[in-house]
Amino acid sequence: MKLLTHNMLTSHVKGVTKGYPLLIKATEVKVNEVEFNPQFVSRMIPKLEWGALVQAAEELGHRQDLPGELVQEYEKNEDFLKKVHRVLLEVEVIEGCLQCPESGREFPISKGIPNMLLNEDEV
Amino acid sequence: MAAFSSRSCLQYLLHLAQDNLDFRLPEIKALLALRGKPFRPCENFREKSPFWCLDGLSEEDVRSIMARSVCAKSAFELWGHGQTLSELRTSLLNFPSEIMSPFMHKDSTYRINVYTFNKTLLFADRIKRIDALEYLPFEGTVSLKNPQHIFCLLEDYGTDPNNIPEDPNYIYFGRWIADGQRDLIRSHSVKNRHFIGNTSMDAGLSFIMANHARVKQDDLVFDPFVGTGSLLVACSHFGAYVCGTDIDYNTIHGKGRSSRKNQKWRGPDENIRANLRQYGIQKMYVDVMVSDASKPVWRDAALFDAIVTDPPYGIREATRRTGSHKDIAKPAEGVFEESHVPVSQAYHLSDIFTDLLNFSAHHLVMGGRLVYWLPVYRPELSALFPHAASFLLTIISNQVQHSNLCVSFQEFDSLAHLSDPRFSAYQGHNAFREKYFSGLNKKSTKENNKSDVSGD
Repeated sequence: MKLLTHNMLTSHVKGVTKGYPLLIKATEVKVNEVEFNPQFVSRMIPKLEWGALVQAAEELGHRQDLPGELVQEYEKNEDFLKKVHRVLLEVEVIEGCLQCPESGREFPISKGIPNMLLNEDEV
Repeated sequence: MAAFSSRSCLQYLLHLAQDNLDFRLPEIKALLALRGKPFRPCENFREKSPFWCLDGLSEEDVRSIMARSVCAKSAFELWGHGQTLSELRTSLLNFPSEIMSPFMHKDSTYRINVYTFNKTLLFADRIKRIDALEYLPFEGTVSLKNPQHIFCLLEDYGTDPNNIPEDPNYIYFGRWIADGQRDLIRSHSVKNRHFIGNTSMDAGLSFIMANHARVKQDDLVFDPFVGTGSLLVACSHFGAYVCGTDIDYNTIHGKGRSSRKNQKWRGPDENIRANLRQYGIQKMYVDVMVSDASKPVWRDAALFDAIVTDPPYGIREATRRTGSHKDIAKPAEGVFEESHVPVSQAYHLSDIFTDLLNFSAHHLVMGGRLVYWLPVYRPELSALFPHAASFLLTIISNQVQHSNLCVSFQEFDSLAHLSDPRFSAYQGHNAFREKYFSGLNKKSTKENNKSDVSGD
């Protein structure tokens, strides 16, 4: 699971009102090199919850010097876009789980693939 | 002629493949829309004809359409046309020589092809056709193997193979500009794809869907019923980053029985990521997840540029979602097994489509498109071809954020089309399945009843 996906996911446990962002409990994290595409990163930034991205990168120990606030005129700032690219597309959670911040329900991640299914008694 | 006074007034001829007839016009229109160009056919336009003349385009526009189209075979700069050879001659001689000459000067090399639709010409007749063009001021040298410029004489003998006229109904002559992407149908065939399933979408149709969805470079595309990811392969080929979900744990993880003949189980690396890697576009892979499309796992925001999907209809793939009617004892607190498969319950086809439309209204960007297959029950067809289900390829454009969706190309009005009597087939689980199989012999009706019992 890439952090781009994590940024878009929310908890759907019944009755939960504050299910975002999901906490990441990772036991295995990998950094896979992905070709840098500044246009795509620039297009994604306005869609992101910036705080959640920084927090997720922090939790995984891959924040490096990613700023806490979105920088101005980021489209022209290749250095910044590269940092965002790395966090969005290169850092991957291979094993671990996502946890609903309110209910504590855990969604397992195995071989890089989150399982977001709730059990029959939870839906 | 005044019409030829500037290059932008040139006409272009598209030669289209005579299959998927209903998908050709939406495809070409979508590709024009990506260039910001309207679809302007010339006089006497017939949608079912293999030849379309278009106005108001530049050569660059035509090249960009051909770089994407799987419906169009080739495109030509139209130099002349007519119903008879003499009309063609008049038309060609009226074509401005200053546009022709850069392609005909004496240092150039060229070749003339003769293409006939609905008739096969003898080699000698083809040569005669080319010789008859001697009035054109070609000064270059003929090179059959490696010409700089290719010209084509195209003859249209109508579309009725049982009634082929002696002389063509219409003749065109033009300069070849580009070929379409028909090769993708073979190069991306599911026959040679690493990871497939029983209902993997045909390569050609996948590319057509990606085109209908106006998928473009740097888009983010989502498929909520991703299966083996055929649609993601097509979308990522056109430069989109892709993600998808499926309720089936085994499919997403590439486990379980193989869909291939002579192979019992799936191999260790049979998954969607490997499929993208096979075509050299792994960088477009974002993620796939095990998830139920009927559940709100995505943050409420316009995240996706397009949603392209092939939902299950209950015929070859079951329609299901998580949940149960029964009271089930709760598992021990805090134990969530990774590979636990929750009990699933019937998912009515009408609910699938309602959920899909609602989901798209919330998660598609402005102007983003939802493209999916809608099964249509056609009793008149089923009587003739019991195995043929009809599908409408439905394209929906999100024009108004967070309100109703407008259905383009198909004359439906937002969600109203689901209450249309033609779609009554979706009311009730397996209702479409029942109707679909109702025209079949007793044996399959029995099977159908059996599966209904187990399905509910």
